[in-house]
Amino acid sequence: MDWSKFINFKGGRVRARSVPFSLFLLLIIALVDCRPANAIPAFARKYGMPCSSCHEAWPKLSPFGQQFKDNGFQMGNDRDAPIFQSPAYWPITMRITPNWHLEHQDNAIVDGPGGPNTALANITTHGFDFGGLDILTEGTLAHNISFQLVPSSDETATFHFESVNVRFDNILNSSWLNVKMGKFELDNLQSEKRIMTLSSNGGFYQNYHFQPWVAPGVPESSYVFGLGDNQIGIEWMGHSKDDRTRVSASLLSATDGNPAFQSGVGGAASSAYEGFIAGSRAFQLGNLGLQRVGGFAYFGRASTFPQYTTDNAPINGTGTGNEPYYRAGFIGMWYFKKLDVTTMYFYGHDSVYLGTNTPSNAGSAGLPSGAHAPTWNGALFETHYTFNPQMIFINRYELIRMSQQALDSNPGDLGNVDALTFGFRYYPFVSSRTGLAFHNEYSIVWQRKTQVSPTTGLPIDLTSSSLMFGLDFAF
Amino acid sequence: MLNIKITKICLNAAVALILPLAVSAQQADPSPAKPSPNIESHIGNLNGHSDSGADLYYRYCWGCHGARGNGDGENAPWVTPLPRNFVPATFKCRSTPTGTLPLDSDLYDSITRGFITTNMPGWATLTTQNRADLVAFIKTFSARWVTDKPGEPISVPPEPALTLDSIKHGKALYQKLECWKCHGQEGRGDGPSASTLTDSNDQPIRPYNFYTGYRFKCGTSNSDLYKIFMTGLDGTPMPSFADVVKPEEAWDLVHYLRTLQIWHKSPELALWESTPEGADIVKAERVRNTYTGNPMHP
Repeated sequence: MDWSKFINFKGGRVRARSVPFSLFLLLIIALVDCRPANAIPAFARKYGMPCSSCHEAWPKLSPFGQQFKDNGFQMGNDRDAPIFQSPAYWPITMRITPNWHLEHQDNAIVDGPGGPNTALANITTHGFDFGGLDILTEGTLAHNISFQLVPSSDETATFHFESVNVRFDNILNSSWLNVKMGKFELDNLQSEKRIMTLSSNGGFYQNYHFQPWVAPGVPESSYVFGLGDNQIGIEWMGHSKDDRTRVSASLLSATDGNPAFQSGVGGAASSAYEGFIAGSRAFQLGNLGLQRVGGFAYFGRASTFPQYTTDNAPINGTGTGNEPYYRAGFIGMWYFKKLDVTTMYFYGHDSVYLGTNTPSNAGSAGLPSGAHAPTWNGALFETHYTFNPQMIFINRYELIRMSQQALDSNPGDLGNVDALTFGFRYYPFVSSRTGLAFHNEYSIVWQRKTQVSPTTGLPIDLTSSSLMFGLDFAF
Repeated sequence: MLNIKITKICLNAAVALILPLAVSAQQADPSPAKPSPNIESHIGNLNGHSDSGADLYYRYCWGCHGARGNGDGENAPWVTPLPRNFVPATFKCRSTPTGTLPLDSDLYDSITRGFITTNMPGWATLTTQNRADLVAFIKTFSARWVTDKPGEPISVPPEPALTLDSIKHGKALYQKLECWKCHGQEGRGDGPSASTLTDSNDQPIRPYNFYTGYRFKCGTSNSDLYKIFMTGLDGTPMPSFADVVKPEEAWDLVHYLRTLQIWHKSPELALWESTPEGADIVKAERVRNTYTGNPMHP
């Protein structure tokens, strides 16, 4: 069959007809072949259970998988400690995603006849590619002592440590007393490390990483922070035996998860500490499923200037003039049998010094006129329809609205974000040792007035989109 | 134009790649034949439905228990003891006499609690409705649930007051009933017959080790322990002693067995240790092995 009759392009952009057709084709295949799927190679090998036990569709955790994680990667059936495992067992999983993707950006600033950065263009790139590699090693060191070690690379095989921690579980035989130290994911119910979308625009949560703009074309640069980033510190976590109630509190270094007191960009990290608290409660609602509601808050402090420098380079860990920022929100995870909807409200606040990239050593006199502490509200709506463990449809809409700009001169909607992502994942074969998903996704993000047009000098919107077909596999 | 053509070729290639993979996967493993539907379970006010339970079973359970419930899931070869075969409808944990079908609530409790020293975890995180639905679906695997009725649950009389005499009488019963032949004189599961025991799958099975364990296969309470030896654990060598011991004697045995769990604080152990005889025995047992803190690996 000549498939090109059904797939049409115009101007390098995929026409709507081709995407629905591909979706339709794979949907038909999926509906014809509805068998149980499984994955989670390392834990499946250890416990002999299908991945669909712990994941509604991997990597999204089911309540059972969440409890397994909260219990320190233990089932509680006296088979958890590594002493019971075959000596051949090695708790390692690798995950990577070869893919084809198309990236499109409207209003990209490019070099033009007038020189560097003097023109606007719509840029489209596409081709075969692959993502980074995750080497996931997790498990138990002994009864009630668990670990995580996740070397992770980008697509050029440049590695960093995504997670490095040891956790003492069920201290004093209490599920309310679990402590871990190292680098770990914050206790986010909506986990960015288990995000169901992978594309350049859809592979992270906008609300988790948003930082306001100082002015059109000028981003905040005093510090970098992402609620979705793994952080370094110590965490206490407690939960009821059935995991219906969960609480946690963390004390973290103000480094956004970077080692050696690096702040990630520009300025030097200070030796300040930050805090994160989270709590949630699940309840059964008839036969619809297990609903969960919760809240979270992050209280941070970022340095605005270094105390010492060498050759004008800040010395890591000597940052001072710490200024506060915080993020807080509420989350609801609502289940209607096979349909689930996650709703999240998000609030953010940055100090006026952080919001205007101003060192605080000069006090308020150093602030530009009309400066304010920027604040914003955000929301997330993510919907999944889990047709069966082999097939999940995903939709997500995020919005961010500035409620207070850093400068009076800014447009009121500077930095506002709308992000829409949809797709589906199909897990085609049955294996108790490996996992494979056909990953299909489209994502588009609109950012308001974040650029200054080199031709008119006026603020303009930036729109970027991703189309991705990938083979997401783990073994 | 060249870009357009390249893109078109790439998408064609992607579709061409996906289609045969999916089709071949479809052919490789036929969909499991689901047993007859529309069986219900009743646990208190909960009514479970097998059609709802099927989706849950094929998400959580089939990997071990198999698509047809006969315990031959693809992970079964790596699981010891083997997963339960639901077709004969023989279950360890019951409140009904040996050889009879369990109550729905027995299956519900087993799913909720899981089984220690096996690969079966507890599923308390599932909703109560989910667990009731799973019970209903499990019943579709055996015709016995249509032809037979669950046995009458045994009555568990109130636990009598704990006395030293009760413990000592239980100790004597432990010898008289020859519990030691499997469980060992000190309850370590190392009796002379221990190495010869097999379960209904002809697989070797170890007697319960009171020394390291504090939970039992079928619960944690004294009444759970009472029920274990009054109903037996069907499918294992553990018989029912309902015809051999009287209820008050069974409670004496419960009290004594608790004293064998020397790492687990209990009123029975405290009372036993308050006597010179008991203190000597417990001390000797504790000295004999240094407990590592690992419940299965002293």
